[in-house]
Amino acid sequence: MSTSLLKDGDPAPYRAGSAAQSFLDVRDLRIHFKTDDGIVKAVDGLTFQLERGETLGIVGESGSGKSVTSLGILGLHRRGSAKISGEVWLDGEELIGASPERVRTLRGAKMSMIFQDPLTAMHPYYTVGKQIIEAYRVHHKVSKADARRRAIEMLDRVGIPQPQKRVDDYPHQFSGGMRQRAMIAMSLVNNPQLLIADEPTTALDVTVQAQILDLIRDLQAEFNSAVIIITHDLGVVAEVADDILVMYGGKCVEHATAQDIFRRPEHPYAWGLLSSMPRVDREVRERLVPIKGNPPSLINLPNGCSFHPRCPYVERNGIPCKTVEPTLAEGTQDHSVACHIPPAERQAIFKSDIAPSL
Amino acid sequence: MSTSTQSQPAAAPQRGGEYLLEVQGVEKHFPILRGAFFKRKVGAVRAVDGIDLAVKAGETLGLVGESGCGKSTTGRLMTRLLEPTGGKVILEGRDISHLGVSQMRPLRREIQMIFQDPYSSLNPRHTVGSIIGAPLQVQNIKTAHGQKREVQRLLELVGLNPEHYNRYPHEFSGGQRQRIGIARALALQPKLIIADEPVSALDVSIQAQVVNLLDDLQREFNLTYVFIAHDLSVVKHISDRVAVMYLGKVVEVGPRDGLYAEPLHPYTYALLSAVPVPDPDRRDKAQRERVLLTGDVPSPIDPPSGCRFRTRCWKAQDICAQEEPLLRELQPGQTVACHFPITTEERSGKGAQAARAAAAEIPVAASTDPFAEPIA
Ligand SMILES: Nc1ncnc2c1ncn2[C@@H]1O[C@H](COP(=O)(O)OP(=O)(O)OP(=O)(O)O)[C@@H](O)[C@H]1O
Ligand SMILES: Nc1ncnc2c1ncn2[C@@H]1O[C@H](COP(=O)(O)OP(=O)(O)OP(=O)(O)O)[C@@H](O)[C@H]1O
Ligand code: SF4
Ligand code: SF4
Ligand SMILES: [Mg+2]
Ligand SMILES: [Mg+2]
Repeated sequence: MSTSLLKDGDPAPYRAGSAAQSFLDVRDLRIHFKTDDGIVKAVDGLTFQLERGETLGIVGESGSGKSVTSLGILGLHRRGSAKISGEVWLDGEELIGASPERVRTLRGAKMSMIFQDPLTAMHPYYTVGKQIIEAYRVHHKVSKADARRRAIEMLDRVGIPQPQKRVDDYPHQFSGGMRQRAMIAMSLVNNPQLLIADEPTTALDVTVQAQILDLIRDLQAEFNSAVIIITHDLGVVAEVADDILVMYGGKCVEHATAQDIFRRPEHPYAWGLLSSMPRVDREVRERLVPIKGNPPSLINLPNGCSFHPRCPYVERNGIPCKTVEPTLAEGTQDHSVACHIPPAERQAIFKSDIAPSL
Repeated sequence: MSTSTQSQPAAAPQRGGEYLLEVQGVEKHFPILRGAFFKRKVGAVRAVDGIDLAVKAGETLGLVGESGCGKSTTGRLMTRLLEPTGGKVILEGRDISHLGVSQMRPLRREIQMIFQDPYSSLNPRHTVGSIIGAPLQVQNIKTAHGQKREVQRLLELVGLNPEHYNRYPHEFSGGQRQRIGIARALALQPKLIIADEPVSALDVSIQAQVVNLLDDLQREFNLTYVFIAHDLSVVKHISDRVAVMYLGKVVEVGPRDGLYAEPLHPYTYALLSAVPVPDPDRRDKAQRERVLLTGDVPSPIDPPSGCRFRTRCWKAQDICAQEEPLLRELQPGQTVACHFPITTEERSGKGAQAARAAAAEIPVAASTDPFAEPIA
């Protein structure tokens, strides 16, 4: 677990600019877009750490800033349209202030991404093999023949049947699941130490999804990579994540181990997510319990706690939800929550009101 | 009168009774055409290849299966947005398989479709009012208080603000747009709604709102649903019965609880074992017992002989390549098309692990020749 929480004997809290301690260290990341309607605060003060060999799941409503965060870490936002501040340290090197060339070099070699839609990441006019070969040769001075061998090896690793033959196919000749695997092969060809997977299985059926998740797990074990997996499928994060970060309106509202998020969640938004979800492993409930209302506008976030218009506990016992923004603070160990309800009371509410109906 | 047990009436189905819609041996083969000037048919995609399904009035039938197995095509055949190339589509006892556009028009009122993508299925240049009102106009329906009032009533029914009448789709969130699609489907007071992945594009909290709405509407208007989805948790929540498709065929149909608890077809078994379990404490167990299907998905252009699942099935025997298994009723209401259905022992933890191991042994080349020697 790697939130910025200190235990006895830990060194003093880091300050902005101080060298990183974790493999990936994101500090107060803000990514704002200027639009005709106003400034979209897509990510607004996000801090988290991740070590090699660990998997972080990021969950949250559509439009809560999950994809913008991952593109920000990889340096994929156009600097003209996005205003980015904060720090992203990867293996001791700061990326937000680094030159675009430097970030480009790291991308593909040290860090890489699996996108939701393989068609946007693969070029339709080049064969699958050619694209993997190119991705490899950008970072390795090897002959074409060697790169081709590597491409075939990767296709084989991700479970493409007859890779020697399929390497010369075009993306459209692959089924959806095979395309996704080919894209994973391309993302992994340089053994990245940081892999970000943004909804890697959303478009796939569960049998293919299970294969892809297995594959990510195996490859992570082999290369000891740090993995961030972004999804709105709580089942998927429960399967793969060590830690889970819950986002709402561009901010982290809860960050804890996967066990804690599922067994002892403390933020009312996290409660809402869990109650909304039909579960295949339980008796069928008469009705699902959705979160009322709609996601907020990121241009005009509600004052105070941005979840307050939808929160059943708003202003409970006079807490200032509508005026004062709650900060992300440690409740119990390694479990941080941004909510004004005192930790002991939150835990009691979960036990008595929420858990029985899950 | 004697009171022998045989003369007692059969147990009434959970909801409704009569078959509202039946498909019998229905087929849809899409021709593959080649040639620059004169197109000639060089083959066919056998998207739906002879299936029998019956939908009872008032029930929800879930339809699941691998991507590309023919679920959407089946939905489009049921709504007669497609004409079958074989077999029959029967609505309330009447064969509608080959009715023309004008003969279908009055029946369109009875069957409506809700589509997956709330973004592309609504015309961005039309107001919400004209989108929802369009079916009323096409059918030339006189409403008691005028069309605008009717549309506003529908908006309220699906939980939208009636004042949004003059707004455009882009002003709404995904969940709200899906509600607009539902309001449009309800405009003609249909009996049957085919919902093709209606909540797949929505995130969990909005998905729950839409699922509850569908539930409420069903109760209020005694609607019948065919619910197509690949999220098996949602399907379990909403369905009375579930049909599982594989490569253009129905391989298993049964009551929801029976099918989820005791799947009989190896494919259903593998599918259910792959559903992610939202419980980190049980993930290792779930992973151990998961049956991963290896091998390539066969093509609907050239499906395997006999049982279509045999190229990926760990239980396949010689007979599976020779004889197509037919649907048989093995449990009350639960029918399966398999020569060697899953047994109780195989459903235990140990059995599941054995199945996983056996499935993993299937060589990849099996997709072309299932009985080739395993690759070393
Ligand atoms: N280039 C851009 N210009 C302006 N606004 C943007 C841009 N990119 C993203 N946004 C906005 O930032 C917000 C966060 O978007 P993001 O894609 O990160 O959401 P998400 O959490 O990934 O959602 P989903 O689950 O739907 O993928 C959204 O409101 C989006 O409209
Ligand atoms: N108009 C068409 N012409 C040719 N082939 C088609 C056509 N429509 C569908 N197919 C093919 O028929 C098969 C079944 O397609 P269908 O869309 O019914 O699958 P599905 O089960 O709905 O899949 P998904 O879960 O991905 O939506 C696929 O192989 C598809 O490529
Ligand atoms: S701070 Fe208030 S409004 Fe926000 S989640 Fe906590 S109780 Fe709800
Ligand atoms: S018929 Fe044979 S190949 Fe088909 S599912 Fe049953 S056991 Fe497997
Ligand atoms: Mg996203
Ligand atoms: Mg479909």
